[in-house]
Amino acid sequence: MSTHEHHDHHQQETDSRLVFGFWLYIMSDCLIFASLFAAFAVLHNATFDGFSVKQFTDLPYVLTETLFLLASSFTYGMAILSLYKNNRNKVITWLIITFLLGLCFVALEVNEFTHLIGEGHGPDSSAAMSSFFTLVGTHGFHVSMGLFWMLVMIIQLFVFNTSDAVKRRLTYLGLFWAFLDIVWIFVFSIVYLMGAI
Amino acid sequence: MFEKLLFGNLNYEAFPFLYNPIITGATIFTILVGLIILGVVTYNKLWVYIWKEWITTIDHKKIGVMYMILAFIMLFRGFCDAALMRSQQAIAVGHSAGYLPPEHYDQIFTAHGVIMIFFMAMPFMFGLFNLAVPLQIGARDVAYPYLNSLSFWLTAVGAGLVMISLYVGEFAKTGWLAYPPLSGIVYSPGVGVDYYIWAVQISGVGSLLSGINFLVTIFKMRAPGMTLFKMPVFIWTVLCSCVLIILAFPVLTATLALLFLDRFFGMHFFTMAFGGNAMMYINLIWIWGHPEVYILVLPAFGVFSEVVANFCRKALFGYHTMVWATLSITVLSFVVWLHHFFTMGAGANVNAFFGIATMIIAIPTGVKVFNWIFTMHHGRVHFATPMLWTMGFITTFAIGGMTGVLMSIPPVDFQVHNSLFLVAHFHNVIIGGVVFGYFAGFIYWFPKIFGYKLDEKLGKFAFWFWLVGFYVAFMPLYVVGLMGMTRRLNHYGEATGWHPYLVVAAGGAVLIGIGIFFQFLQFYVSYKNRVKNREQTGDAWEGGRTLEWSIPSPAPFYNFAVIPSVDTLYPFWQQKQKIAAGEKPVAPHYQDIHMPKNTATGFWIAMFGGCVCFGLIWHIYWLIAVGLIGVFAATIMRTFDTKIDYYVKADEVTRTENSYLKGAV
Amino acid sequence: MSTHGLKTLPAYVTGLILSLLLTLAAFGLIAAHLYKPEYIQNMSVAAIYITIAVLALIQLIVQVACFLRLNASAEGKWELMPFIFTLLIVAILVSGSLWIMYNLNYNMMH
Repeated sequence: MSTHEHHDHHQQETDSRLVFGFWLYIMSDCLIFASLFAAFAVLHNATFDGFSVKQFTDLPYVLTETLFLLASSFTYGMAILSLYKNNRNKVITWLIITFLLGLCFVALEVNEFTHLIGEGHGPDSSAAMSSFFTLVGTHGFHVSMGLFWMLVMIIQLFVFNTSDAVKRRLTYLGLFWAFLDIVWIFVFSIVYLMGAI
Repeated sequence: MFEKLLFGNLNYEAFPFLYNPIITGATIFTILVGLIILGVVTYNKLWVYIWKEWITTIDHKKIGVMYMILAFIMLFRGFCDAALMRSQQAIAVGHSAGYLPPEHYDQIFTAHGVIMIFFMAMPFMFGLFNLAVPLQIGARDVAYPYLNSLSFWLTAVGAGLVMISLYVGEFAKTGWLAYPPLSGIVYSPGVGVDYYIWAVQISGVGSLLSGINFLVTIFKMRAPGMTLFKMPVFIWTVLCSCVLIILAFPVLTATLALLFLDRFFGMHFFTMAFGGNAMMYINLIWIWGHPEVYILVLPAFGVFSEVVANFCRKALFGYHTMVWATLSITVLSFVVWLHHFFTMGAGANVNAFFGIATMIIAIPTGVKVFNWIFTMHHGRVHFATPMLWTMGFITTFAIGGMTGVLMSIPPVDFQVHNSLFLVAHFHNVIIGGVVFGYFAGFIYWFPKIFGYKLDEKLGKFAFWFWLVGFYVAFMPLYVVGLMGMTRRLNHYGEATGWHPYLVVAAGGAVLIGIGIFFQFLQFYVSYKNRVKNREQTGDAWEGGRTLEWSIPSPAPFYNFAVIPSVDTLYPFWQQKQKIAAGEKPVAPHYQDIHMPKNTATGFWIAMFGGCVCFGLIWHIYWLIAVGLIGVFAATIMRTFDTKIDYYVKADEVTRTENSYLKGAV
Repeated sequence: MSTHGLKTLPAYVTGLILSLLLTLAAFGLIAAHLYKPEYIQNMSVAAIYITIAVLALIQLIVQVACFLRLNASAEGKWELMPFIFTLLIVAILVSGSLWIMYNLNYNMMH
């Protein structure tokens, strides 16, 4: 076995180990969301002033949010495919598109939140609103962190090109991003769709 | 206004040592001890050494030792709290109010619980993971060495916050799980609960990262040939404990975050108004709380399994049943949480389900106890200190387990809920199971890390004082519990008839105190006689079966000069048999070893994280911002650093290994 | 980078299309219920809840298979096992909490 092959094999083993750890982190994050979903499920009817998700849900608006996030999951996948081909510029382009889609999602959510707070239905108005803001807000916070991370990765692509470490980190971010999309399926279905009935 | 901006809610009242004599005394004592330590370190010019070899280290063995030091310091602090409570209850009867006013007493019992679970038991457990896991599976380090250092420092910062609350502000007066609405902002307007939340949160992040770290280490870094069913039982228990950490700690994080949102942003998850539901908090926190019990006790079971086999010179009885028992406990521990609040009134169906699930969990635990006893049966038992702790455990834990099964029956629980019977029960299983187990493990692996044994005679004194002290302190509590004494009482009437029992219990606390004194004395004496007690064979207790005993003591920093290859459950035992049969060991062929470099990043992230927490506790907004920027900057800077590893040359490995053979180290 | 199975363009496109269809189906169901109830006359509210939940679960599987590329191969099972166990615990946590809290609230009122 040549040294180079040995190095490759070693690298692959290390990568699979490190990515496995990130996967476990995502599993633990699932439990955070599970707790928040449980809190929402228990408290969503505890509307002190009768104001609940049903009163404010604008379904087409939420569908737009959903489509932005779903599209960003797809474009991130395109970035990963370009990464396999070591095409740095393409990776950066796809990441920027993903970033913009994610930013639109966050902007829509922030807009929704400010509206609600402005109308006096903020997180401190009732237990139901507390659980709504916390569940949806925690997801939005994760997405924002993901966006910040994406910016750092774009810089790293400029600095390090498609090095092993950059590839690994983009794999982490990809898992994180897909996970957030999956969580959103449930936020969309349980909070908004079921809440609208 | 400017003051508010600069100091948040910090003001004169926040410094109780300025006006409370007891705390003034404690503060002066702490400052003196601190000054002495700083003086000694400066005088001996040890700062560079401490920074380079300890604070920035990412060697799992050194991190393990630091966890141990933290655990023993916090054990001492937690014991002081216990002693204060026992003495208060021994004198505060009838006309005497005792010496601790309620608001102080309430902080003490809260701090005692929080410290013992989060800052004594958890660090002790991670210390043992660090000392033993990589060595037992034939690895050179954990999967994420830098994360390991970060985990330790996060835990240390959490402990630091609890200690700071003694001098700046106050600690929670709510009991160790801070049930709302008492812990809500209306009934606990002070900073105590905030200290509680952030100390537990920051150390909880550390615990979660450690859990991930060790699970990956076990899954991906075992020596070639070590299949899952060739892993030592301790590794199995660590694996299950890590699974529980990864799935349970996020629930704690989420729950305390919701409590924080209630307190800080005026939300209404657990408040009494606006639709909040305090019962939800109790439900959520026990979803973490019950697995937490098994997180702590499973590794202790693993230690006992290793110790029993070693000191009986006999393979563990029923390896496979032990593994399956551990796995079934892991799953079952997630379906019993309601037994902590049978009396909240979920109704007969729900109580029956969780009661039966609780009884079922006793079965795999019973299997384990019988396995240990059958291992001793027909074994050549050597009564060294780790074995003594193990035998003390088997008897004590059996009693505690039986009182537990008693309380799993909802009608019985209704009688003894929140009584001292319960307090006696969980001390019975936690001291008798967890603490004894960790002590056994600590003494057992000590020679592998330091290269000398702890003094056996003082160790035996410590053991007997602990064991007898435990029974004297806690058996009376069962009795007063059945007599109807509830927990956390600051004062009680003469006619209750509890007084004599509580005096006896206080005597038990004194005996345990003597036991702890002997432990510290043991460390000192053993260190002084370290040359005399040097352990050079590598197989310190002579009955070693697993890989950690196959390398020299103290373990070299790279652990294994050559990664062993394994084809049996007891690789080192097999190797010893072969050598005894006259087989010549193969001359090792050393290669370059790939090692990670030390880094201070973990330390800095934890310190900035501590700033964030302190800022949140006192509403000092600039400090929160500084801390957050620091955390992000340190994390990101690390990802731009590409010089994070190096190679130990084969020559150096050869030199180190040869120096062990000559006994020069 | 092969930990989660190799990502491929066909997988991503399939995932995107299926996710879109499932999302729109769930959305359409609620929209019909709210604005055009005559289209789904035979569906009770409970049936709608169940359908939405089932659609969400299918989309979970689609995205896990197409985007995360979890699989049951010898290498992939190390990611799959923790995932399944996590789902089990999530199910226990959420359903257990709902069951307990329902009973607690019920007994508070009666």
